[in-house]
Amino acid sequence: MQRSWRHRFHLPAVIGTIPMILVAVGVFVIGIGFSLLWSFTSSKLFPSYDFVGLAQYRRLWADNRWLVSVNNIWFFGLMSIACNMVFGYLLAVFMDQRIRQEDLFRSIFLYPFAMSLIVTGLVWQWVLDPNLGLQAAMRNLGWSSFSFAPLVDANTAIYALVVAGIWQGSGVTMAILLAGLRGVDEEIWKAARVDGIPTWRTHVSIVAPMMKGAFATAFVLQCVGVVRVYDLVIAMTGGGPGIATSMPAVYVIQLITVRQNVGQGMAAATMMLVPVLVVLAFSGLVLWRRKRRQEAAT
Amino acid sequence: MDMAENGTSVSIQELSLNFGAVSVLKTLNLDVAEGEFIVLLGPSGCGKSTLLNCVAGLLDISEGRIFIKGKNVTWEEPKDRGIGMVFQSYALYPQMTVEKNLSFGLRVAGLPKDEIAKRIARASEILQIEPLLQRKPAALSGGQRQRVAIGRALVRDVDVFLFDEPLSNLDAKLRSELRVEIKLLHRKLQNTMIYVTHDQIEAMTLADRIAVMKGGVIQQLDAPQTIYNRPVNRFVAGFLGSPAMNFIDGRLEKDKGDWHFTVEDVRIPLSTYAFEKEPVPGPAVFGIRPEHVAFNSGTGWPFTADATVEVVEPMGSDTLVWLKLGKQNFTVRVTSERTPRNADAVSIGFDPMRASLFDAQTGSRL
Ligand SMILES: Nc1ncnc2c1ncn2[C@@H]1O[C@H](COP(=O)(O)OP(=O)(O)OP(=O)(O)O)[C@@H](O)[C@H]1O
Ligand SMILES: [Mg+2]
Repeated sequence: MQRSWRHRFHLPAVIGTIPMILVAVGVFVIGIGFSLLWSFTSSKLFPSYDFVGLAQYRRLWADNRWLVSVNNIWFFGLMSIACNMVFGYLLAVFMDQRIRQEDLFRSIFLYPFAMSLIVTGLVWQWVLDPNLGLQAAMRNLGWSSFSFAPLVDANTAIYALVVAGIWQGSGVTMAILLAGLRGVDEEIWKAARVDGIPTWRTHVSIVAPMMKGAFATAFVLQCVGVVRVYDLVIAMTGGGPGIATSMPAVYVIQLITVRQNVGQGMAAATMMLVPVLVVLAFSGLVLWRRKRRQEAAT
Repeated sequence: MDMAENGTSVSIQELSLNFGAVSVLKTLNLDVAEGEFIVLLGPSGCGKSTLLNCVAGLLDISEGRIFIKGKNVTWEEPKDRGIGMVFQSYALYPQMTVEKNLSFGLRVAGLPKDEIAKRIARASEILQIEPLLQRKPAALSGGQRQRVAIGRALVRDVDVFLFDEPLSNLDAKLRSELRVEIKLLHRKLQNTMIYVTHDQIEAMTLADRIAVMKGGVIQQLDAPQTIYNRPVNRFVAGFLGSPAMNFIDGRLEKDKGDWHFTVEDVRIPLSTYAFEKEPVPGPAVFGIRPEHVAFNSGTGWPFTADATVEVVEPMGSDTLVWLKLGKQNFTVRVTSERTPRNADAVSIGFDPMRASLFDAQTGSRL
């Protein structure tokens, strides 16, 4: 026991990582702990310790703005992740044809990801702004009845966000999936051709299942992108028009800074933590089951 | 043109293949008879796999035509050529069970279920992979994987099997086991097989005929024994045989009506040697295989000489002896009980009938 402990934790390594551990514990555990604590209080502008039980949660789920935010994040998340995966895979397949300008194309596709979401958002806002962007340009060219202003319409603004999200994220997905595609043995393709399996079928039934790892990596990165969507919303719509594109992160910040309701803001933040915990628990379960199966096999 | 009539299974005519400016196969001709086992043998990069891929239809050829069973398949898709192929890396579909690996192509082709089941049953019985049918490839050993890969070619019910170095990812013991199995499989199925390898033992043991390739050109196409005993040029002679044939650079001379090969003060009489073409005096290369030389031979050999022993390598059943014959290095292989003991100087003898003479310039057989 003693030896295996020493084997697993080298002293210099432990000392080296202590600052990181302290920061992680400090920021995450203590931060989350206080969020949770304050979510049960009636804190307004400043945190207080006047406990009110689940009252903040009840008020949260009665707030239409919060419900819209939750709806929006689901819609945005599902749409942008699904489209990103599909586009990213198609782009990767396109790049895998050993085209000549591969490096150039790769840079172009990856460029949006290298930019801050604020920049991405601003660019898209300009393009979609009725007085500055596409609509104005078309009207200047003489097509005076041309109308394209998705950001000012409460029904379409969320789609504009999704498109911006796809534009921003599909390049990375492409890069990851391309690496996965390149990892597939060329003889697999030959064998499939000899077997008479159509190319699309080879992709769907043989190659894509072989790229589970690459898909998982891309998926996790996309999820992070969804969490980061705060920047994009602030830059493109500010949550508007009205509350049409509000998202949970936007909602939390607004409650704390504008509406000065720390208690309810913390309740909303705690709710945001729930899906993360569910995902963590699920992946933990999967890992545990796999490990147990491996142990059973040996 | 009907090829099937004269029993030709695969006919490759004037085939050339270029990758950009690089010419990999050069106007190559090869006729494979029905049920024949052809081995393509050659050093790495000589174009063996490329030729096989051309036959399979996985590469578009630059020039020439390919017939399979009398049908011009030059521009057919691989699946329509009546071929099955086995790859070096097995190329099994990793996320599918063995059974699905075998059946996937058939299901895509729309074969009825009971026909698929019948073919899988037959293939798995022949290859003895019935207990593995529900496993994924990751849970199989190398030998089992290669058997499944052969099964995938088998269920296609084709006339021609193509193998691209199917055994080179296996360890030596498994390789020799599967080699025998492939030979038995060929005897059982009587299919045409084209088999790529750079392992000369595989080539010698499996082939009806070996095509020795170099630089995209077939150097010699013959039965294994002919290739071994009467190589058409110095490359073929040196490529087959381990240890390699002994080569001695010298001169061909005619003396009182008899031909001799001379090097320094050694004279090898060639009265028993069967010349391929009319010899002319001049520089030549004399080649003799290590196992065609004997020790302490006394009388009865057309040629004997004294040599000094440098190194003795016992290899179990055989012993390799490295000698100096004058200034020439010389290898001799004898059975272990005939190994010279504690001797520096030995007498060797051989019959030039078993030797090969090559032109010093062109390297072709004399
Ligand atoms: N896609 C390609 N593009 C350009 N050159 C190629 C390509 N594929 C093969 N070659 C060249 O063609 C030649 C023959 O290759 P091939 O794979 O047929 O060799 P091989 O005889 O099978 O060798 P090995 O025993 O190593 O498998 C090599 O010189 C190789 O560099
Ligand atoms: Mg090869």
